Amino acid sequence: MTGAECTAEAMKQINPDVVAAYPITPQTNIMHSFSQFVADGIVDTDLVTVESEHSAMSACVGASASGARAMTATSANGLALMWEIVYIAASTRLPIVMNVVNRALSAPINIHCDHSDSMGCRDTGWIQIYSENGEEAYENTIMGVRIGEHKDVLLPVMVCQDGFITSHSVETVELLNDEIVKSFVGEHTGHYPLLDVDKPVTYGPLDLFDYYFEHKRQQVLAMENAKRVIREIFDEFGQITGKHYDFFEGYKLEDAEKVIVCANSSAGTIRVVVDELREKGEKVGLLKMRVFRPWLNDMIVEKLGKIKAVAVLDRSDSFGAFGGPLFSEIRSSFHEVKEKPNIIDYIYGLGGRELDIIQIKKVFNELEQVKNGNVGDRVRYLGVRE
Amino acid sequence: MTEQLKEGNGGHTHQKEHKQKLKNWKEIPIGGKILEAGNSKEYKTGDWRTFRPIHIPEKCTNCMICWMICPDSCVNVGGVDDPNKGKKGVSDKPNLGNFGGFDLDYCKGCGICAEECPFKAIEMKEEKEFKD
Amino acid sequence: MSKEIFEIRFHGRGGQGAKTAAALLAEAAIEQGKYVQSFPEYGAERQGAPVKAFTRISEKPIYLHSGVTNPNVVVVVDQTLLKSIPVTEGLDETGLLIVNTNDTAESVKNMVGFNGKIIIIDATKIALEELGRAITNTAMLGAVEKATNIVDFEALKSHMLKHFEYHLGKDLAEKNVNAFERAYNEVKV
Repeated sequence: MTGAECTAEAMKQINPDVVAAYPITPQTNIMHSFSQFVADGIVDTDLVTVESEHSAMSACVGASASGARAMTATSANGLALMWEIVYIAASTRLPIVMNVVNRALSAPINIHCDHSDSMGCRDTGWIQIYSENGEEAYENTIMGVRIGEHKDVLLPVMVCQDGFITSHSVETVELLNDEIVKSFVGEHTGHYPLLDVDKPVTYGPLDLFDYYFEHKRQQVLAMENAKRVIREIFDEFGQITGKHYDFFEGYKLEDAEKVIVCANSSAGTIRVVVDELREKGEKVGLLKMRVFRPWLNDMIVEKLGKIKAVAVLDRSDSFGAFGGPLFSEIRSSFHEVKEKPNIIDYIYGLGGRELDIIQIKKVFNELEQVKNGNVGDRVRYLGVRE
Repeated sequence: MTEQLKEGNGGHTHQKEHKQKLKNWKEIPIGGKILEAGNSKEYKTGDWRTFRPIHIPEKCTNCMICWMICPDSCVNVGGVDDPNKGKKGVSDKPNLGNFGGFDLDYCKGCGICAEECPFKAIEMKEEKEFKD
Repeated sequence: MSKEIFEIRFHGRGGQGAKTAAALLAEAAIEQGKYVQSFPEYGAERQGAPVKAFTRISEKPIYLHSGVTNPNVVVVVDQTLLKSIPVTEGLDETGLLIVNTNDTAESVKNMVGFNGKIIIIDATKIALEELGRAITNTAMLGAVEKATNIVDFEALKSHMLKHFEYHLGKDLAEKNVNAFERAYNEVKV
């Protein structure tokens, strides 16, 4: 199955009440598969075919506020068009699950993978979970429903996978059976749903300097609670599947001296290089980021504190900032820590530029210098023609 | 942080509560939701008024155009004043079809009623002329 | 490391089914308990534009997510690509080049300068006769299967039938399987 088909399969098993979506490459394949399930009567979902992504998210907000389990999917420019409502979904505390198939933002127009779309959303108040392959996108989508809907969280969840590399790639995938997923996600009861006519409530009122700030403070608590809840859901899922996930997942980190940190599909390719270099006796490792929001400061320090040289791979840039978003986050986590690695950043893979084994070896090679204290440029560009 | 949020009343308060005490972030419902229906009733807008509508019963025909066009629903019904009072078939009891005064708790003094009254049966007077 | 993984690269044009061929091969291998990957590489999808599609098949889980740069087999679905695309890039001489052409292997060799083994098949002729359209992917799969035996013949055939029955209906599914079988029988390896 492709990553897109995996996601559609997760949605099929979740059987949400409402899905509202608008086509955009490379997300389209998710809805292509899912709308077939709707047409075949395999799911009970009310599929709302809207006229734009702005409307897709608006319909999800309306559906979720009325107590429905609502889902959508998008990419790049579609996510950008949703922007206004993306914030509203989070601030109104609606546990919508949205699959983002990561794609570069225009201009110039490009349909291929990078993370500028979802990374641009990092301050919207959504939980963000990243997926290495289709199987993880499938699992993260299922877990995302539970995480978002938890009473101590009530936040929307963005599940990200790499455009084309994951979404259009057929891979061997292990799925759970329908009954297991059904009982795992359970029934959804909204939080003061609008359609509960016995308890009429108001959503989205004017909220000025008297209470707006207090509502933002509550969102901070929800993200804080999400740190605990995500762990609990990962554990519960692990008991069913035997697969134990975490916010950050190390690979051969124990005695590693040089480590690459990355998100999504690149982790797989880097793992292959780590294996190859390990066979040659090099102490290298990989740290894969699964959860970007909420950010688990202590865990990143625990995982990387003893490493000598760390290269962060950012598949998006933050123009005018010092390095990409992942780099900034990791570097700031170490600010008040005494024992810390030398950390450098590589911006790579923009607009789908391939990350190959040769580039990864180059990174590990350059980390040798960094390890020896010769840091050089903190922010570098990998795979761009100089 | 493990504090549980209390599902308190609204969080969106009317003027009197503003003068009392605003709730903190742990005391209000999440997501900006207001949990009681119709609580805008508590928000009295009457003190926004600089002009007050005054009814002149002698000119009023109970056409109720003022009631129809008032943007704040501040024209009450059920009055007893009727220009045809005493004639045959006209009740002298409170009647829903009769003008029943202004609701000064909410009337903002916009003057639309006075402007629209075909019989000049409403006049706007400066609020400072009144003691109450 | 990559030699634990069997890698095929398909070169075609949008609409000739290179992506489908890569996927069918992978999906048939899944049914035999193999680990696979299959993915296309294209710009905005459009008919006639050059496309690449890849298949990886392995006994172990596949973590690589980069493109196939050193394939074991290159399949050229459209012979006009030989002139414009460096189809043998990364294919070493132990590798195999399978080309849809009505020309000879010798002339293909001269055109692309490849010294390894070249297998030719006139898949366009087979497709036109069996399907009535020059969609050559299933015929090319017949040649690939004969040359590599990478998945079980019957497994591939039955998966193909199931796939096309769902998407195209019984009639076209059978015609595609006929093209596949005919190429399998006619190709000289």
